[in-house]
Amino acid sequence: MSTVLEERPAAADAIQKFTATMMIRRFDPDTDTEPRWQEFSVEMLPTDRVLDALHQIKWEQDGSLTFRRSCAHGVCGSDAMRINGRNRLACKTLMKDLDISKPVYVEAIKGLPLEKDLVVDMEPFFASYREVQPFLQSSSKPDKERLQSAEQRARFDDTTKCILCAACTSSCPVFWTDGQYFGPAAIVNAHRFIFDSRDEASEVRLDILNDKEGVWRCRTTFNCTEACPRGIQVTQAIAEVKAAVLRGHA
Amino acid sequence: MSDIPDSSTAPTRTVDGIHYHQHDIVIVGAGGAGMRAAIQAGAGASTAVISKLYPTRSHTGAAQGGMAAALANVEDDNWEWHTFDTVKGGDYLVDQDAAEILAKEAITAVLELENMGLPFNRTPEGKIDQRRFGGHTSEHGKAPVRRACYAADRTGHMILQTLFQNCVKLGINFFNEFYVLDLIMTEVDGEKRPAGVVAYELSTGELHVFQGKAVIFATGGFGKIYKTTSNAHTLTGDGVGIIWRKGLPLEDMEFFQFHPTGLAGLGILLSEAARGEGAILRNSEGERFMERYAPTIKDLAPRDIIARCMRTEIREGRGAGPNKDYLYLDITHLSPEVIDAKLPDITEFARTYLGVEPYTEPVPVLPTAHYAMGGIPTNVKAEVLADNTTVVPGLYAAGECACVSVHGSNRLGTNSLLDINVFGKRAGDNAVEYVKTADFVPLPDDAADFVKGLIDQVRGATGTERIATLRKELQDSMDDNAQVFRTEETLTAVTEKIEELRERFLNISVQDKGKRFNTDLLEAIELGFLLDLAEVVVYSALSRQESRGGHFREDFPKRDDEKWLVHTMAYLTGDAHSADAGDHIKLDTKPVVITNYQPMERKY
Repeated sequence: MSTVLEERPAAADAIQKFTATMMIRRFDPDTDTEPRWQEFSVEMLPTDRVLDALHQIKWEQDGSLTFRRSCAHGVCGSDAMRINGRNRLACKTLMKDLDISKPVYVEAIKGLPLEKDLVVDMEPFFASYREVQPFLQSSSKPDKERLQSAEQRARFDDTTKCILCAACTSSCPVFWTDGQYFGPAAIVNAHRFIFDSRDEASEVRLDILNDKEGVWRCRTTFNCTEACPRGIQVTQAIAEVKAAVLRGHA
Repeated sequence: MSDIPDSSTAPTRTVDGIHYHQHDIVIVGAGGAGMRAAIQAGAGASTAVISKLYPTRSHTGAAQGGMAAALANVEDDNWEWHTFDTVKGGDYLVDQDAAEILAKEAITAVLELENMGLPFNRTPEGKIDQRRFGGHTSEHGKAPVRRACYAADRTGHMILQTLFQNCVKLGINFFNEFYVLDLIMTEVDGEKRPAGVVAYELSTGELHVFQGKAVIFATGGFGKIYKTTSNAHTLTGDGVGIIWRKGLPLEDMEFFQFHPTGLAGLGILLSEAARGEGAILRNSEGERFMERYAPTIKDLAPRDIIARCMRTEIREGRGAGPNKDYLYLDITHLSPEVIDAKLPDITEFARTYLGVEPYTEPVPVLPTAHYAMGGIPTNVKAEVLADNTTVVPGLYAAGECACVSVHGSNRLGTNSLLDINVFGKRAGDNAVEYVKTADFVPLPDDAADFVKGLIDQVRGATGTERIATLRKELQDSMDDNAQVFRTEETLTAVTEKIEELRERFLNISVQDKGKRFNTDLLEAIELGFLLDLAEVVVYSALSRQESRGGHFREDFPKRDDEKWLVHTMAYLTGDAHSADAGDHIKLDTKPVVITNYQPMERKY
């Protein structure tokens, strides 16, 4: 049938491929006592992402390379990792945007227990999330929707974008040294409800975050804001929660 | 039944290294349908939710545009119009009793989500705002209607987060990164009933048997049978494949939806909401070509029609770009403020992945494999069917893995976020009712043997074929031969390819021999499911000698109601590895439920 050739998208084949060197921090819990760096060479297209480079290694060179991924376009939050020292999603980082004259360094996010290669144990992260009561609490049981003005809705829009990838929390120097700290992501998810006009449990959450492992541990280094793949103004959200704690209400 | 929902994820016993758990209700999958079911189930019974991924990674989160419900918040609308649109959109293969339930219960479903905390966009009066979407009309097709409730272009994200938040609130037991590989069916008094499932724990490589009185499958779709797809890497149809291997039927597998606007070359979805907000599809001449094909609703025609029109434009030489092989989605006439407020994510996708600025440049797009209309047949109670009429007691399915059938041969945009909520809830509610009186079905002694054998065999594989190579060849062949346009010739070509790949699959190599997080092993098992399901899709497509909805046969370009106004029911009847699909797949038909709407010619 004739449709085959004409349905090929233009972009890929016409453009020059390039070679990049990937330095991956490997760790096999069964055989390694310490993580080790391993070098790979990959052939990339300008539209390729770091995730494509990892897939190329896994699929064509070393099937044991282990990482999480799912949606591959920055909405599921599976593939947060440290790329050239910065926390990013592998599926949202294009190879052409990195300096490929040097090796691209990829390692697991920091501050959470390393399981294997680029995979960390996410449980401590989700435990902090659960602690801030990240769900709407309201005593009213309306027959229809609760009314909320566009302005009220806009008040917490930024923090609804969170995909729980842990890029922010695992970029935070306070979290690296103190694993008990709630971390930016949990505060972002508390913010999402504290400033929702429909919610009635703001004071409870503010109280939780007034804890010694709460918002006051934040040193406003802005790592979290820089790391967020969704562009959430994380540090600002934390500052707003701090101000609300002082006020005693949202 | 337990008085208090069990809040423990600890196994009840461990025998020979295999962990055993017991819960009234076992839910497989933690996307929208699974978690909506869990919210019902967890409140009334001991419930376990088992998921290959962390729940918030599920692909419900990638849905963008909206969830349909005739709230009539912004203009006149009612659920009967919604029912009609759903039936017509599905090219009359929709079971109309189910579509009526979908449209009626949509209204409650949206309000419940709002009550759970979902941050919908709002009207100036503070009500849930609504937008236009393809195929949704007022007065049976007169004009597009604003029916889709939305939260910017991240409605699915908000639904997934809201359901997860409410599961956290209820203390639902999640077993994350547990990969279910088998459904245990036991014969009780002459009828087959589910006894539980067997799961492989990714982080340890250990096996878990979950005994349940009721089992709900909510495992999503299988878009990875195609190369160009909006679907996640993990959407490999594991749940549908398990049901198939158990000898239970699959319905309407030939109907796969190709979403018109995937980013060209990548397949990443650009929501139909763009066209709902006024975006226009253009060809290389800048022409708004949909005016020629669907003069009344133009760019808001249903997806199957637009995808075909796009392919036709390209074939006739009006594709854009250096190779004339894509089309444009144009939103440059919308103000940046509107784009930022209503379509922020998809414009960012265009910037990030194609380097195109949608404020000022049209975005290259192509149809992308998006949604399986077919799947595990169920009735409107979400009970799984063993044939056209017989229910499997205690077994439920909901969401994309299921076929109720509310989508017929082509799903309307915004009806899938609706489907997961309406039928996810129904699955949960009906399972709770069921377990009140049902007993546990005894587990066979060898409950985990099949999975243990499978894992050992795959982990030990030392052949010469790479998983990724086989998968790519399958996906390339499906894109080339079983996409928007199909013929006997192309479908036969892909059938032969699948036979070859099945043969080579017996000779795979798995390099990672470890137990912990062995994703190499996982991908090998997933490929097995993809091969099985691709074969059913293609075999069903070969058989249906007509064109309807998402299934277009160039050698049979007309809809044939006399012969084909029926669902396809496919059964695995023999050795799946026999060379000829005809040796092991039996096709049957099932009547379409028609209540109010007699089939008419489908014009927009």
